[in-house]
Amino acid sequence: MIGHSRVRLGDARRHRVVILLVVVALAAIASACSGNDPTNLARVVDGANPQSALDPKGPTAETIDNLFWVVFWIAAAVFFLVQGVLLIAIFRFRQRKGKERAVRQVHGNMRLELVWTIIPVVVLAVIAVPTLSTLFDIRSAPDPSENALEVEVVGHQWWWEFRYPAYGFTTANELHIPVDRPIYLTMTSADVIHSFWVPPLNGKRDVVPGRTSNLTLQADDPGVYVGQCAEFCGLAHADMRIRVFAETPDDFEQWAQDQQQPAVIPETGSAAAGWETFNTICVACHTVDGTPAQVNLAPNLTHLASRTSFAGATIDNTPENLRAWLHDPSALKPMRPDLNMPSQGRIMGMPNFNLTPQQLDDLVALLETFK
Amino acid sequence: MATLTPTVDAATPAHHAPSGVWSWLTTTDHKRIGLLYGVSALLFFLVGGVEALLIRLQLAAPDGTVLSADAYNQMFTMHATTMVFLVIMPAAAAFTNYFLPILIGARDVAFPRLNALSYWIYIFGGLFLTISFFVGGAPDGGWFGYAPLSTQVPELVRMDYWALGVQILGLASLLSAVNFITTVFTMRAPGMTMMRMPVFAWMALVVAFLLLFSLPIIAVGLFEVFFDRNLGTLFFDAAAGGRPILWQHLFWLFGHPEVYILILPAMGIVSEVLPVFSRKPLFGRSFVIFSGIAIGFMGFGVWAHHMFVAGLGPVAEATFALTTMFIAVPTGVKIFNWIGTVWGGSVRLKTPMLFSLGFIAMFVIGGLSGVTHSIVPSDTQQHDTYYIVAHFHYVLFGGAVFGLFGGIYYWWPKITGKLLHEGLGKLHFWLMIIGFNLTFAPMHILGLRGMPRRTYRYPDGLGFEFWNFIATVGSFTIAVSILVFLVNAWRTRKRGEVAGNDPWDGRTLEWTTTSPPPEHNFDVVPVVHSEDDFWHRKYSEDEHGNAVPVPGGYEPPKAGQDDPPIHLPSPSYYPILSAFGMFLTVLGLVYVPWGLFLAGAGVVTIVWGLFGWSMEPVTREGH
Repeated sequence: MIGHSRVRLGDARRHRVVILLVVVALAAIASACSGNDPTNLARVVDGANPQSALDPKGPTAETIDNLFWVVFWIAAAVFFLVQGVLLIAIFRFRQRKGKERAVRQVHGNMRLELVWTIIPVVVLAVIAVPTLSTLFDIRSAPDPSENALEVEVVGHQWWWEFRYPAYGFTTANELHIPVDRPIYLTMTSADVIHSFWVPPLNGKRDVVPGRTSNLTLQADDPGVYVGQCAEFCGLAHADMRIRVFAETPDDFEQWAQDQQQPAVIPETGSAAAGWETFNTICVACHTVDGTPAQVNLAPNLTHLASRTSFAGATIDNTPENLRAWLHDPSALKPMRPDLNMPSQGRIMGMPNFNLTPQQLDDLVALLETFK
Repeated sequence: MATLTPTVDAATPAHHAPSGVWSWLTTTDHKRIGLLYGVSALLFFLVGGVEALLIRLQLAAPDGTVLSADAYNQMFTMHATTMVFLVIMPAAAAFTNYFLPILIGARDVAFPRLNALSYWIYIFGGLFLTISFFVGGAPDGGWFGYAPLSTQVPELVRMDYWALGVQILGLASLLSAVNFITTVFTMRAPGMTMMRMPVFAWMALVVAFLLLFSLPIIAVGLFEVFFDRNLGTLFFDAAAGGRPILWQHLFWLFGHPEVYILILPAMGIVSEVLPVFSRKPLFGRSFVIFSGIAIGFMGFGVWAHHMFVAGLGPVAEATFALTTMFIAVPTGVKIFNWIGTVWGGSVRLKTPMLFSLGFIAMFVIGGLSGVTHSIVPSDTQQHDTYYIVAHFHYVLFGGAVFGLFGGIYYWWPKITGKLLHEGLGKLHFWLMIIGFNLTFAPMHILGLRGMPRRTYRYPDGLGFEFWNFIATVGSFTIAVSILVFLVNAWRTRKRGEVAGNDPWDGRTLEWTTTSPPPEHNFDVVPVVHSEDDFWHRKYSEDEHGNAVPVPGGYEPPKAGQDDPPIHLPSPSYYPILSAFGMFLTVLGLVYVPWGLFLAGAGVVTIVWGLFGWSMEPVTREGH
């Protein structure tokens, strides 16, 4: 007996060792799979789940969240009821060894079947009422009395363009909004279908080429809220992120006034040399207000230095990261910038221009002046 | 037509089935074609599974580097395309091919050569999609191929492979749909009325109609994508007045019935397994059949719930929210009737039963999360997130795949004559259901916390790390369970317990014949007197309604010397020839203009195949 149990103990221990080894191996694989990304989200956002739809920070997201939980608890009740009855049926009517149960050959029960057809209809009808009323509610444009701020959104592969018609400037990837005021987004796409989604503030809405769609955002408190493109849009879909900076009305006005200022072409030093490069290469796609750079195929760089991130809000905006980006953009974000193979006349993403170290330093110096 | 004399003694068949590779390439026997479908689906299941494991490795930790973004996008596109078109649909076709004729007492399908053509187009379509990996990259625009992303970058031929590959796979299914419908309507044994047909046969019929009506829609859409890419037809080019949203309507008007095409065969299998292992008839049989038909009709009226954030108006959204809620009713009816079948039975927890009960438990979860999609406001948060990935895996893996594995364990002894090992089967089941829930349950949480689908990486700091790691552990647990199944299948070849005609004390006609069945299925075509006819030959009911064995049991009738000769379809190589021509044609079309030479050769081959087919003598010399 003793020897027998010792063998068993050994088996159990061996099993534990095997399980431990498997877990360690998987963890090792997982960490080996993990690369370095120059994004430090903790620098800008709080909380363990900053992109969660279950942690609403605005009225619409809150309405949606409340409706979700009502349905969730009804579904949970149905779940426990059905799984419970199933388990009872299995255990209660399980055939015991050697004992053949007498089984009455029941073919059905019309009354019972009608009951369990009608009950779901009633439950669903109950759910349908708040669903439809909330639906029409969240799809309506803000009331004119609410003094909504209008922002135009254009989705690009793979970054966001934000235009503020009331102020006359354009920015990219980082949306600044005043708190407690509806932000009415009018959205379209320059290429394929994208979807604008900042879960703490509202559900998502597709951004479709050739037509406009609308979405209302509103934040209760100042803070940074993150989101990203939610409709698969090709190679760098994962790297088409959004940061929303909700600010007090005063802070927002200050920011908007800063953004309205045109850039000044530097006259001296490294930055001036940087402008020479910019004016021969970068102007082909980028706009810098107040300069001859006026092509709108890529993000507006007038106030690049005032942003916390770039490249679809995926890379922290530091001089080192900017230099690395200009040196080899596709190393930091996958794109299709092949100049020899433009697709339907377009190149998709930032190309590598094989800039010299001197050009890189000068360009970074220039971009740092675009505050 | 080959003819053979009915066997006087089942143990010494007068007719020996031909063997060798050529006999498989030219076979028109519905059972052999079913086996070909089954083995092919299993092989593609392993391919799709490896793709899934690569996806899970990439996402195991933030900023994964196992796959590039480019490789990742190919991987999730091909994982879905493979699992839908090359695994679940053909696995259902395998069971339908093998068992539909036997279940209704027929000797083959209505059009045996057309059946072979369906299979060969399928296998060439699968090869066509798979070779894209080796010639510049597999399709990378998603299995849903949303335009104008799918029509972008025409310089890369990846989405041409997708559009043409799915096109011919659809053709294969369309042909088999016509075949199965005709078989059910014209080939039932005497006394096999429609309402006496086994539920699996009914579900196969509903699926065939769904295929018949939904595939032409996607065929039109796929041609439009292909023409936009190669001819500049501008169907979906917004700048030229095209409509990107139109593609979504076309795709989902096919795509949602497709969901029921994938799940209804599994529901049919479960409806066969539960009564056998509960020793009770299916509870509310006609309710189950009619709710299957209802699902078939309503499946065409819910497609826009895939488009609740696409920008339809609130009235359209409200309409489709209500239809989506409504389709939950017949689905719920089925679940309640299955539980009603188990209730009061004598439940034998053999492996097929475990998979069927697992199907119910998992499908309930997928059904409930499905109802939450109809809540349009909360769907605007859940759409295109991992919540959706969780939902449809509970339906298509927890549902369809569990049901299909139940069918494999249930019918394996009939197909091979040997029983799969019970212990290994149970190990397979438990590993799979644990691994499945470890993989997909956390995805509900990930989605609600804001993780979108189809993203090749996620940054640190969004709270996605833990549950992604658990999901990856779960996916490898599933992989181990599949290895257990393969070991079981291999082991059974040599050491499996001999099954006999009726190992489970079955209820339907397939258990009256030998295991494996003879080429002609039945020595004497059965005459059917009731639903679950075989059961009623073995058991009668006492005054309380309890089942009591009929004294003496059941002996299958033997053919007499003066019975008419049995006609079986002759083998033919024209189906595989025509299918090969189709392969050449689509391969050539990818590489327009030079490929047109190849496509031309393909068209000639198709015409040759179909001409030879139509000229083939009905009875050939020497047969």
